[in-house]
Amino acid sequence: MKDATAIVGIGRTPFAKRLPESEKALACRAVLHALDDAGISPEEVDGFASYTMEETDEVEVAKSIGAGDVTFFSKVGYGGGGSCATVAHLAAAIATGQATVGVAWRSRKRGSGGRPWRNTTVQLPTPAQWTRPFGLLRPADEIGMLTRRYMHEYGATRDHLFNVALACRNRANQNPAAMMYERPLTREMYMTSRWISEPLCLFDNCLETDGALACVLVSADRARDCRNKPVYVHSAAQGLPAQHHGMVNYWAEDPLHGPAWTAAGQLWKHADLCPQDVDVAQIYDAFTALIPLSLEGYGFCERGEGAAFTEGGALEIGGRLPLNTSGGGLSEAYVHGFNLITEGVRQLRGTSTAQVPDAATCLVTAGEGVPTSALLLRS
Amino acid sequence: MTSAVTGPPETGLLLPVPDDDGAPFWSYTADGELRVQTCSRCGKRRFPPRPCCPHCQSFESEWQPMSGRGRIWSYVVAHPPLLPGYAEAAPYPVLVVELADDPAIRLVGNLVGAPDAPLGPTAAERLRIGAPVRVVFREVADGERRMTVPRWMLERP
Repeated sequence: MKDATAIVGIGRTPFAKRLPESEKALACRAVLHALDDAGISPEEVDGFASYTMEETDEVEVAKSIGAGDVTFFSKVGYGGGGSCATVAHLAAAIATGQATVGVAWRSRKRGSGGRPWRNTTVQLPTPAQWTRPFGLLRPADEIGMLTRRYMHEYGATRDHLFNVALACRNRANQNPAAMMYERPLTREMYMTSRWISEPLCLFDNCLETDGALACVLVSADRARDCRNKPVYVHSAAQGLPAQHHGMVNYWAEDPLHGPAWTAAGQLWKHADLCPQDVDVAQIYDAFTALIPLSLEGYGFCERGEGAAFTEGGALEIGGRLPLNTSGGGLSEAYVHGFNLITEGVRQLRGTSTAQVPDAATCLVTAGEGVPTSALLLRS
Repeated sequence: MTSAVTGPPETGLLLPVPDDDGAPFWSYTADGELRVQTCSRCGKRRFPPRPCCPHCQSFESEWQPMSGRGRIWSYVVAHPPLLPGYAEAAPYPVLVVELADDPAIRLVGNLVGAPDAPLGPTAAERLRIGAPVRVVFREVADGERRMTVPRWMLERP
């Protein structure tokens, strides 16, 4: 699998609180944009991958864009935990000859389309019977619980979470496509903002966005003939740890030792690189607290040091590990992490709006706290 | 422990929707008892309940009574936007409690100031990780449906 496939096209729609078009139309626009970026005709697409909470299925996308006969299609579970796994599945399919041109996408109207946690009928059975009746209703409540424990065990503070929010906002302020492009964040704004679920405040939460993104994968051989510089899938992994319980992981022996560790073990095992070789990282940021947990899980620091890692501008351009350089889910758009994949590609093409000089390696991760996935990309 | 379920049922909140594995837990709480599924073969407790033991794979289990004492493992205080019944009660604390009988067993629940107190702002200044708590039981109703949920009070209010 190592470097056997490459991302050769990326596409997206605008991001906004409300877009007039349907999720299906947005999906088609993003996919066609990505194919055009690659210089590949839609009729050559024979592989599709998506992840759950996606409303548009591959039948709809394939017949709308004019794909040819499709020989590989997969849908990964666990919402935002599946973003990177779409690329992993396509890479495996292409490397084993099950497909030649693969498309992964995410289309979502989370900005105008309502909040999933308000739908209690689909969410109340297992394991929600143990949490939701007690008012632990939203992902912010579920991750807030782990955040409080993390702060207690390791001395993490709200200033550490602010470091994460600020780094993402600073990058969004450089990115005209970001929802928060013209909205700088200050420490005072952060510290005085309203609570959502203490210890998480408004700015610890991701945005609510309408938008869609897509990418195109082909074999390394084919990639050399494409319109843009190939970005190779160096390593890819999924992670569902033993005795894991999803976002309400309070019943695991060690709830702060999450799926990131499992995915990281597999990711680094198959890579020629180690965490110190990573030039830039796009880490899933539905909540600020996922960043210190992920920094530990993916091996950028020791257990319990993730919060301290954020100090001294470490996550800014020029720091130890520039983070979420398009603004991430916190400040560019929250499209279940797919914008982290496309930004990883831009960094390795050298076309980011917040370019890390000479970036050659990028870690991209999917949602931590649920069964997850990750990619190590290289130029 | 067994303790009386007091007061009229509280309304406006979501009721647990038990699955096959969880049903015994909720039938015990209806009697004011806190019990945890325990493997009949290897004796290990497990939560949430499931069909077989992840340690020895036995499908035989029993439900052991707990003392009802525990400590706060973590907590949040939820603020709006929330579902209607919860928005009216906000800001309210939600706890994860580790049981004194077996700290590996943790339960999510609400902190209340009295057994019959409704969900609501409670003792925010006294909330801390490690604080000892004890279980109380409260009936909740949605139309004709009734369930009894465990709640928690500070041992040293």
